[in-house]
Amino acid sequence: MSRVWNAVPDFFKQSDLRMVGGLLLLVYVVYALVNGFFAIVNNAGAVNAVVNSLASITFLMAVYAMMALALNLHWGYTGLFNIGIAGFMAVGVYASAILVAPPSGSPPGLGLPVPVAIVGGVLIAAIIGGIAALPALQLEADYLAIVTVGFSEIIRLTLQASHFAGTVQNPSASGYNVVSIFGVEFGTGGGQGITTISNSPMEFLFEGESGPTVLGQAVYPAADAIGIPEPVVLDLAYAFFLLLVVVSLYYVLLLRIGNSPFGRVLKAIREDDLVARSLGKDTRGFKIKVFMVGCGLMGLGGILWQGSFGFVNPNTFRPILTFYIFTALIVGGAGSNTGSVVGGAVFAAFLFEGPKLAARLIDAVAQLLFGGLPAPNNFYAAVVTLNPIAWLGYLVENVASLKFVFLGAVIVYLMQNRSDGLLGDRKEIASSVDLSQRPERPSAAADGGEPSDTAPSQGGEGS
Amino acid sequence: MGVTEAYREGRDLVVERPAVWLLVLATLYLAVDLAGKLAGVTLTVGGTQLVGGDLAVSTFGRFMKDGLIVGLVVGLAGVGLSMTYSILNFANFAHGDYLTTGAFSGWLAAYVTAFVTLNANVPFGEIFLLNEPALVSIVSTPLAVVVGVVVSAVVTIGSVLLLDRIVYRPMRDKGGISLLIASLGVALALRYVIVIVFSTNTRGLTRTSGVPALDIPAIDGVVPLDAHEVTLVLFAVGLMLGVHLLLQRTKLGKAMRAMADNKDLAQVTGIPTERVVRATWIIGGGLAGVAGFLIVLERGTLNFNLGFRLLLLIFAGVILGGIGSVYGAMGGGIIIGVVSRLSLVWIPSDFARVAAFLVMIVVLLYRPEGLFGGVTTA
Repeated sequence: MSRVWNAVPDFFKQSDLRMVGGLLLLVYVVYALVNGFFAIVNNAGAVNAVVNSLASITFLMAVYAMMALALNLHWGYTGLFNIGIAGFMAVGVYASAILVAPPSGSPPGLGLPVPVAIVGGVLIAAIIGGIAALPALQLEADYLAIVTVGFSEIIRLTLQASHFAGTVQNPSASGYNVVSIFGVEFGTGGGQGITTISNSPMEFLFEGESGPTVLGQAVYPAADAIGIPEPVVLDLAYAFFLLLVVVSLYYVLLLRIGNSPFGRVLKAIREDDLVARSLGKDTRGFKIKVFMVGCGLMGLGGILWQGSFGFVNPNTFRPILTFYIFTALIVGGAGSNTGSVVGGAVFAAFLFEGPKLAARLIDAVAQLLFGGLPAPNNFYAAVVTLNPIAWLGYLVENVASLKFVFLGAVIVYLMQNRSDGLLGDRKEIASSVDLSQRPERPSAAADGGEPSDTAPSQGGEGS
Repeated sequence: MGVTEAYREGRDLVVERPAVWLLVLATLYLAVDLAGKLAGVTLTVGGTQLVGGDLAVSTFGRFMKDGLIVGLVVGLAGVGLSMTYSILNFANFAHGDYLTTGAFSGWLAAYVTAFVTLNANVPFGEIFLLNEPALVSIVSTPLAVVVGVVVSAVVTIGSVLLLDRIVYRPMRDKGGISLLIASLGVALALRYVIVIVFSTNTRGLTRTSGVPALDIPAIDGVVPLDAHEVTLVLFAVGLMLGVHLLLQRTKLGKAMRAMADNKDLAQVTGIPTERVVRATWIIGGGLAGVAGFLIVLERGTLNFNLGFRLLLLIFAGVILGGIGSVYGAMGGGIIIGVVSRLSLVWIPSDFARVAAFLVMIVVLLYRPEGLFGGVTTA
């Protein structure tokens, strides 16, 4: 691993921004090359294929970076082992969807404007997070894990239940299931799912009520000229909005929290709850607050991610989703904001989408070389052929399952060998003076065992 | 204990922990309500029905029976989870998938046995992938069931020991959270290795017709108990008894209890800790595998999510009984099973699992040492 790191040009190591930029560049080059190759093999339009794949990978990197940052507030900063992320995302998505749904729809909603619905969704996610935090006050980490995953399953099962679906709206019918609180009627859609705020969040920028807007008139023909259809333009715009605007905002917010007195207490809680309490900090209050903020961010992440497809159902929010986000954070390194972003990007591009890409690549190469891999339709049929090529074909066919095995193995490897992730071992600066600006010492001597004249002079090591 | 003392303790409880008191009241209310429902008595105050209603005794009996059966499986599986929790100090999220491993391996063995003994005229591929529906039952192929139980235990023990060797053993000195995260990875990898072999299909495996059932008379009906359920109960109770004898009568049991109590002290006393850890995995893994096999025998259906869906219930049972206590895990599992089924008296079936999880959270909040309180592996 260190050999790979040494091969990276120094230019990218000089600042976090360059490192993230370099990583994105690497991902884009790999994806552009591979997808361009696929397009050429399949005789499809190369530009469209490449841009489309870049839009989708950008979207995935952005959403995982966003969620990893939100989780970093809980797990990285405060040491709260929250594995109920999917549940809090579900609350955000569902709350915003219900707030925005028209009162006459099925299920009915409150018919509020979109910005209000988003803010409302985030607030409700934060409040639910605050309620979930109550157990967090007195539980050890592994109990908290069980409680939060239980909590997220309770949320999912409740959303799935036909009892609150709001689909049978005749009060005298036997299956009447509209929820009514103080005369406000709404429903969750039950197992059928619910319509979310938007299925194309960027459309309003490009298309007005009467045809394309100024921006649309400028961009659409240009895109069309190089073979990119309009929906891809919209996807690309949204993906880059998430990556450049939302992830940056999350990052800055996390950085500000981390450097504030509030954040320092959080880190103190992570290191030793008892010490923080001995210093007169009300750690319970801090835990509730940080749970609310983090769950609000998770809710917002949910709205911007799962809420952007136009439709969602409770099955989206199974515990596996939480596991993805946790993996992203662990890969990057819990506690480090840059690590969260890097982890989100690495997870999305290489761990989540990588196996699929590799399988397609193997398939395409096989197609070129000897007209395609055999595809046995089950494990038994594959094994009895006694043909390793058929085994490979079966694995390529089942790469969706193989991906999970790979993910599990990566997690185990990381926990055994590098539990700090890629960037998690960097030192936190607790003092007001940047102590990392010290000159490098000649040897790993113990602190204080060196002559004092070497300490202050040089400096200027980039951090 | 004198009356005054009891009174004072009761008063302290009410004053200091009002939430506990409220919970006790709620539980009492539900008990009274249930009694009223069973007796068919309704108490109405001011137009709202306060307690009671109508519930057939036989329906209640069915809920109890289903609850006990699920509970036995949850309890059996919980033994291993509780033991690894107390001896290795981590919450093993892969435990549910040990059940899945046991279920698939055991049923594969049962199917192959049935294929041979019945001389079935189906392609072997269909048998191997468990795609041939409803081949096995305790009546037509008792040998297959027994073989299935044994193989499920053996294969699960083998996989669990292998996983311990490559995943957990290099991490013995790491913290509980690192191990927990690693176990999440193990769970995922194990589950999807099974998917690669057996696909994500849900299959029906047991023959439902022609299985003799015993009708236990209840006041206004009957509670049917079929041969598969009897088999499950016999195996589960037998294994629980076996664990009891092992823990109480053998030197290994004593070593385990010592290690759960204080690992360093056990090591100093000369207890071979690695051997105890291996024994823990063997017992826990074997019971989990058999539990996975047995629940399929009763339900009749199997898919790759079986164990993971049960995992939270198992955790709930273990927490309820007090983490680290083997008997607590058995008792807690049975309570959780009964709660999840009996809750159907009051709430729709969509919420049965919700009720069980809520009970777990409430217990963690107000009695984290478990209902039976502070007994460790004894």
